[in-house]
Amino acid sequence: MAKRIDVSGLTAYYGSHKAIEDISMTVEPRSVTAFIGPSGCGKSTFLRTLNRMHEVTSGGRVEGKVLLDDEDLYGTGIDPVSVRREVGMVFQRPNPFPTMSIFDNVAAGLRLNGNYKKSELADIVERSLKGANLWNEVKDRLNKPGSGLSGGQQQRLCIARAIAVEPNVLLMDEPCSALDPISTLAIEDLIGELKERFTIVIVTHNMQQAARVSDRTAFFNLAAVGQPGKLIEIDDTERIFSNPSVQATEDYISGRFG
Amino acid sequence: MSTATLTPKGPSTLRGARLPKWSPYAIAAGSIALAVGIGLAGGLHSRVQWGLIAAILYVVGTYAIAAAVEGKRQAKDRIATSFVWVAFLLAVVPLASLIWSTVVRGVKVLDVYFLTHSMGVVADTEPGGGIYHAILGTLEQVGLATVIAAPIGVLTAIYLVEYGRGNLSKAITFFVDVMTGIPSIVAGLFILSLMLMFDMQPFGFAGSLALAILMMPVVVRSTEEMLKLVPNELREASLALGVPKWRTILKVVLPTSIGGITTGIMLSIARITGETAPVLLLVWGNAFINANPFEGAQASLPLYIYQQYANSAGSGAAYDRAWAASLTLIAFVMLLNLVARGIARWKAPKTGR
Repeated sequence: MAKRIDVSGLTAYYGSHKAIEDISMTVEPRSVTAFIGPSGCGKSTFLRTLNRMHEVTSGGRVEGKVLLDDEDLYGTGIDPVSVRREVGMVFQRPNPFPTMSIFDNVAAGLRLNGNYKKSELADIVERSLKGANLWNEVKDRLNKPGSGLSGGQQQRLCIARAIAVEPNVLLMDEPCSALDPISTLAIEDLIGELKERFTIVIVTHNMQQAARVSDRTAFFNLAAVGQPGKLIEIDDTERIFSNPSVQATEDYISGRFG
Repeated sequence: MSTATLTPKGPSTLRGARLPKWSPYAIAAGSIALAVGIGLAGGLHSRVQWGLIAAILYVVGTYAIAAAVEGKRQAKDRIATSFVWVAFLLAVVPLASLIWSTVVRGVKVLDVYFLTHSMGVVADTEPGGGIYHAILGTLEQVGLATVIAAPIGVLTAIYLVEYGRGNLSKAITFFVDVMTGIPSIVAGLFILSLMLMFDMQPFGFAGSLALAILMMPVVVRSTEEMLKLVPNELREASLALGVPKWRTILKVVLPTSIGGITTGIMLSIARITGETAPVLLLVWGNAFINANPFEGAQASLPLYIYQQYANSAGSGAAYDRAWAASLTLIAFVMLLNLVARGIARWKAPKTGR
């Protein structure tokens, strides 16, 4: 199910402010690509352009191309709602729906999109929760509210919710920044398993995390505050962390910068 | 004996003189006693004056005593506390006295007979009769007004919060604000002018229309505030699952805020239930039971209270009926408030494990 993402010449705006400029990259299917870079350099903005969530923000607009396999997400006649079914997203802060039970949270994407039989839903929910390594912890309380779980469990619930709709690509926006090291480890292990089935893009501020989980790493930077963020380089994670080709990357990774 | 042990310890800088815990009560009792004394000596007849003197004495006394014993900063703290207490009492005393006198005077004729009979065969000056026709009228008029105003109000608020951009939403917000300030008699006159244009006789639904005009802006405002409280993250979470915007609003945003929205609607119902002016103009009042809000004059509780009082002509019976109807009206509004609180608690997003 995993698909390749091909970005070319992508520029994104908030109103008249240019947030990222002229970004081109390829994300391979069934791999983990990590975005690193200082705050405000447009990593998250770029991530949100990959499933057309950027335009949800008022004033948000995008120029350039994002090809999912061979289809331009910003082409004419493309429905952003269908795009988001193909490209799922996990957010920085766990955000389960507070009015729904654990079961309903996982089933939300399916239920809100069409008609499923009860038994079918139960199967998918179980599979998704197992996929998110949460099944054993919540199988006895599927009818309890999702907001009663711990932070790490909530985040895995959100991952289960995102993979329940079987997307081709999973975008993760700093999924561990609100979690403790043990929950972080659980999510990182999960990412390792999920990459067998999905194309994963993860934004992180934690460089060890990028080194641990990703196959390829992209470094973003901005010239100065108020300037648009740019992609400095993208390469195999090993190379980025051992022998990057751009000096700025090395400065950032070794902590000599920012 | 070493000299070091003889060095006297300075007073602790962390500890200061404190007034005992009972001091606020003592000051309150003292100021009340003093106020009664002043009142008696000065020959002041009004108990309200006594109360105000006691309140002023309490605030001043608290400050003076605290400043003398504890110092300036604690005195300021205590004066703020005493202001809060005085303000609280000033607000509660009239409310409690209003409820008390309504209950005491209202229960005289309030019984099942009173609630289930109309004034159809009873002259206003005679004892007997009841408010069944008025309760029926109020329920129908307020119910119809709610059916009109609540959906329009909620949908307007959804438009303003979820979709509204630019000039149209600014204009709507402005006009909703203007509508909030419309006096109820003006809303009544507006509908009345329409009625006169089409040469119609007073009927219940006309009152409903005027009440709906009064209710709508309140519903819009309260719903808007509730929708704004829904975290954006939930909307984004739903959109990112590939759920269309309208379903996100219907299945995620509204369920999250439904408790607050219902509370707002209930409170706005409570507000229009007591409106007299538009009902007086448009519904006219009727001593007989008229269950049809679309034809013929109807009664309503606030109107009934006004008419019983105005037509009492010194008759104790009409006066008693007016109080009993007031008690019924207050009970109804209080019931609505309780229901609203219940719904808010029941529908609140759950956090339990």
